[in-house]
Amino acid sequence: MRAARHWSVRHARGLETTYHLFERAMIALDPLWRRAGYERAERPVAAVERVVKGFLFDCRMCGQCVLSSTGMSCPMNCPKELRNGPCGGVRPDGHCEVDPQMRCVWVEAIAGSARMREGSAAVHVVQFAVDRRLAGRSSWLAVAREKSAPVETAQ
Amino acid sequence: MIFEDEPVPGYPLPILPGHTSPGRLERVLRAGAFAVTTELDPPDSADPEDVYRRARVFDGYVDAINATDGSGANCHMSSLAVCALLTRVGYAPVMQISCRDRNRIAIQGDILGGAAMGVCNMLCLTGDGVGNGDHPQAKPVFDLDCMTLLEIGTTLRDAHHFQSGRKLTFAPRVFFGAAENPFAPPFDWRPFRLAKKIAAGAQFIQTQYCYDVPRLEAFMARAGDLGLPERAFILVGVGPLRSAKTAQWMRTHVPGVHIPDEIIRRMAGAEDQAREGRRICIDLIREIRTIKGVSGIHVMAYRQEEAVAEVITESGALNGRVPWYPDRSADLQPKRAAS
Repeated sequence: MRAARHWSVRHARGLETTYHLFERAMIALDPLWRRAGYERAERPVAAVERVVKGFLFDCRMCGQCVLSSTGMSCPMNCPKELRNGPCGGVRPDGHCEVDPQMRCVWVEAIAGSARMREGSAAVHVVQFAVDRRLAGRSSWLAVAREKSAPVETAQ
Repeated sequence: MIFEDEPVPGYPLPILPGHTSPGRLERVLRAGAFAVTTELDPPDSADPEDVYRRARVFDGYVDAINATDGSGANCHMSSLAVCALLTRVGYAPVMQISCRDRNRIAIQGDILGGAAMGVCNMLCLTGDGVGNGDHPQAKPVFDLDCMTLLEIGTTLRDAHHFQSGRKLTFAPRVFFGAAENPFAPPFDWRPFRLAKKIAAGAQFIQTQYCYDVPRLEAFMARAGDLGLPERAFILVGVGPLRSAKTAQWMRTHVPGVHIPDEIIRRMAGAEDQAREGRRICIDLIREIRTIKGVSGIHVMAYRQEEAVAEVITESGALNGRVPWYPDRSADLQPKRAAS
């Protein structure tokens, strides 16, 4: 679904705003997640997240979403899974070194981030190495959990 | 440049104030000299003499020798082993580390192992996709990318612990580098990517082959605006082309190599194409040397290693310097007596 992926990058700003509202709702729902148990909510929420983000971004469910810092272009679609910018092999037409049929996800990411409010600065921040244990887990719940109880996660 | 304390193979030099490694490359760069590095093509063999023979070609012409790590996703002797062999006789290798073949457990082990063997310079790379090489059936690893590799490397060196948090009893003392390609799109973003690499810990940069000086100038100007040459030493990649045909092949088949048409025309029009290739390389070095913010050159002469001496001598890149090599003191003595 590369068409949907490209649409998302073109509408990065709108998606950024939408996500901010959505994130606030997820955090506001913290009492609910807490009552149900974050671990019990994990599977159904991750399933929804997989479908929604899979459609919009070809999301790979790395479990530590950085779309807000990558112009709404999922970096896990890069054959080298680069999360910090394009490699040196980008073709003159802006396509991928490994998959010539695909536009470089980082060429897309830079275009998308330029349209965003906070995303335009966030793209310059170095991302940490991926924690492979989180693969398949919900980023939404992780964010809700972290932002609603910063003291707890700091321990 | 001759330092007071010349290297004794097997014994590390002291670390000068403000340096992170005891290596000569860092010393040369921080002393403000125009540095010259090159690349050793690791052999498809288990014979150490093959490594030494390939290194000797550069004696007296280079400050450091890169040992590639399965370049182009082709299998060769490992960069760690090549570097370990080179440090035994006192050479200053640059150990290339690619994220393509090993995960963070293996890579951190190699950084410690390399440093223990006296390797002072390490170049952090993402690596080519496996599809380009001779083992396209292999599993691409890419557990880290060059940026996170830099972060993990500098954590080992400066914070003295693994990514897991487990403490080291002795930290690796390494000068970390990274690659950059000013000649691949998105051009406007390349200086920012360089800034990111420096933020992640890169202290020196070796670029992809430069055959397009105006594009390099634009890149360096932007990098200068961002204050990057003050924060990392930038070595520009150059290399002699063997023929118009090779040039044509390289630009279509090697990822990230950009060769303008006029270079190919100049090659095609020459009687002795290999010679013209060396001449182009010499001209490029002379131009590159004058660009503000450039700290040196990285000569990649794949299968033309014997041309490196000529290219460096003719271009005057060393400015009369004779970089250290295993028999330098013996070779320099008679010359001095004669003069």
